[in-house]
Amino acid sequence: MKLLEYQAKEVLASLGIAIPPGRVARTPAEAAQACEELGAVAVKAQVPVGGRGKAGGIRLVRTPAEARAAAEQIIGMDIKGFRVPLVYCEGALDIASEIYLGFTVDRDARANILMLSGKGGMDIEQVADESPEAIARLYPNPWRGPLDFELNRLVFEAGLGQHVRALVPLVKRLYRAIPELDAVTAEINPLVFTGDGRLVAGDAKLETDESASFRQRQLEERYAGIVEGDRYEVEAQRRGLTYVSLGGDIGIIGNGAGLCMGTLDMVERAGGRAANFCDIGGGARAEVVENALSVILMNPNVRGVLINVFGGITRGDEVARGLVQARDSLGMTLPLVVRLSGTNEEEGRAILVENGIEPGASGWEAAQKIVALTR
Amino acid sequence: MSILLDAQTPVIVQGITGREGSFHSQQMQSMGTRLVAGVSPGKGGTRHLDVPVFDTVEDAVCETGATASGVFVPPAFAADAIMEAAAFGITLIACITEGIPVQDMIRVKDFLRGHPQTRLVGPNCPGLLTPGQAKIGIIPQRFSAPGPVGIVSRSGTLTYETMAALTAAGMGQSTVVGIGGDPVLGLSFSDVIELFEGDPATTHLAVIGEIGGSDEERAAELLGRGTQLRTVAFISGRTAPEGKRMGHAGAIVSGNRGTARSKEAAFRAAGVAVAETTGDIVDFLTKS
Repeated sequence: MKLLEYQAKEVLASLGIAIPPGRVARTPAEAAQACEELGAVAVKAQVPVGGRGKAGGIRLVRTPAEARAAAEQIIGMDIKGFRVPLVYCEGALDIASEIYLGFTVDRDARANILMLSGKGGMDIEQVADESPEAIARLYPNPWRGPLDFELNRLVFEAGLGQHVRALVPLVKRLYRAIPELDAVTAEINPLVFTGDGRLVAGDAKLETDESASFRQRQLEERYAGIVEGDRYEVEAQRRGLTYVSLGGDIGIIGNGAGLCMGTLDMVERAGGRAANFCDIGGGARAEVVENALSVILMNPNVRGVLINVFGGITRGDEVARGLVQARDSLGMTLPLVVRLSGTNEEEGRAILVENGIEPGASGWEAAQKIVALTR
Repeated sequence: MSILLDAQTPVIVQGITGREGSFHSQQMQSMGTRLVAGVSPGKGGTRHLDVPVFDTVEDAVCETGATASGVFVPPAFAADAIMEAAAFGITLIACITEGIPVQDMIRVKDFLRGHPQTRLVGPNCPGLLTPGQAKIGIIPQRFSAPGPVGIVSRSGTLTYETMAALTAAGMGQSTVVGIGGDPVLGLSFSDVIELFEGDPATTHLAVIGEIGGSDEERAAELLGRGTQLRTVAFISGRTAPEGKRMGHAGAIVSGNRGTARSKEAAFRAAGVAVAETTGDIVDFLTKS
């Protein structure tokens, strides 16, 4: 789960890391109230995507009236497909200097990596490309976490030795998000040294592992549902489907993530655009297919559906009967192309043809057919 | 010949009495896999599918001499099951379980550094299969046939599809390895490719990758240094949007990292053929 800025900052504060004074505002009145209390503030749209400044989602204001006007504009605004549910009003910091602190999962190393850099406030991937030596790195032991001497070394390597007494305990606090919250990525960028010598998290990103949600209920209960997701994705998730909205007009169902992604690619290669990714998993049982089809058909942009199923343990004839049943019970009239392969594929195809469903001999042929039928 | 697994390998299944574990253990037996025992804490002393069930891996290894294990244990307990297997001398572990927390797998990888003789396939994978001999996991054997093609893949059904099409075209496989769709994996593409390079029976290779991470780029570097294997690569997810997880926990483009374009370019730069569709994988291998 990707936390919003204010949520990530609340989590940092709960770990003992200083954050700038700020208030969440769900209404323009609350924003005015926040400005009344804090003085000049930045009114910031809370959405789980970058680039909100450029999209007009951040405004600097000096008076409660300005804060009210800014919040009126920003709340409800659409930023990259997300409706802004609320704003975060945050007081300014007296910035002496800025650095970078973060961790993520280094997939190549199969380990967590802690990163510290004197180059704060810049995109860390850009820093990594342009001046990799400016980033100090540490792979902490995942059983015991980083030790003091390892963190000392990290701080000195980053050229921040003069701040070692303040930084080592702060890095340790941030690291707690890994064992305690199953965080997989965190970034404090910039981490600000203020004029009066304090260390404050200027911005914060935090992502937790959805696979660990069985043991991390508290964050999900507290923060889930604040951002309105894509309505089809929300509905699909409610029904236990693996579904991603994509914006085209051809609905896609596949069994297996790789097969389903490959199907999207073939549709695009054939000149079409997929409306969604929907992986119904290995088995391809009739009720799962029906469930997936009904979510796809909720989208009025969908002009046809391509189903690509490999039957391993599930037989092709069973899959075909299930598909016919699903189509009929949903009263589906849009073009439907089905590519069945695997066990009893011939029998399966015969059943499809008998029932007026267009079969595809290969994924590529099926993709070309559905594109032609929806033109 | 084959890699990792053959008809003689003594195999246990952890989680043998569960629904999935039980069903797939039967499938493994039906193709001739030497399944010697199961492990299910609390059910030690019973028998299931005609093999003894033990409470611990230690007991199973002591009594049967097993060297390989299939892990069909729920996500909350799977990491511990993998470490238990490694701790008691299992040298090949295939973990089928999907949804193991990333931090658990990072600890497992650290633990396995102390057991360098143990190889882990997966998790979130279909396991591995040596046609005509044995399998650990859930790959449907009816589509396999013995032959010269090594397959290594992050996907399940895409692998079955490729294997089936190769078999239908008269080209069998040496061993098929599904390395899994998670961000933190056991064996990498490169690890498996090195094993195939050491196997005289493998002359052809299909590498089936997908978006996310850079295991494919590492594999391309390895192949670019020279290989005897006639190799074709395929990457799914060219049209996947940035920042969206596409079914697999590991299938995600982050910023400009982990794109299909980057992976395909790496293979091409290494002189490896890149298939446009899965059908092209088979065309390339049967013609070369």
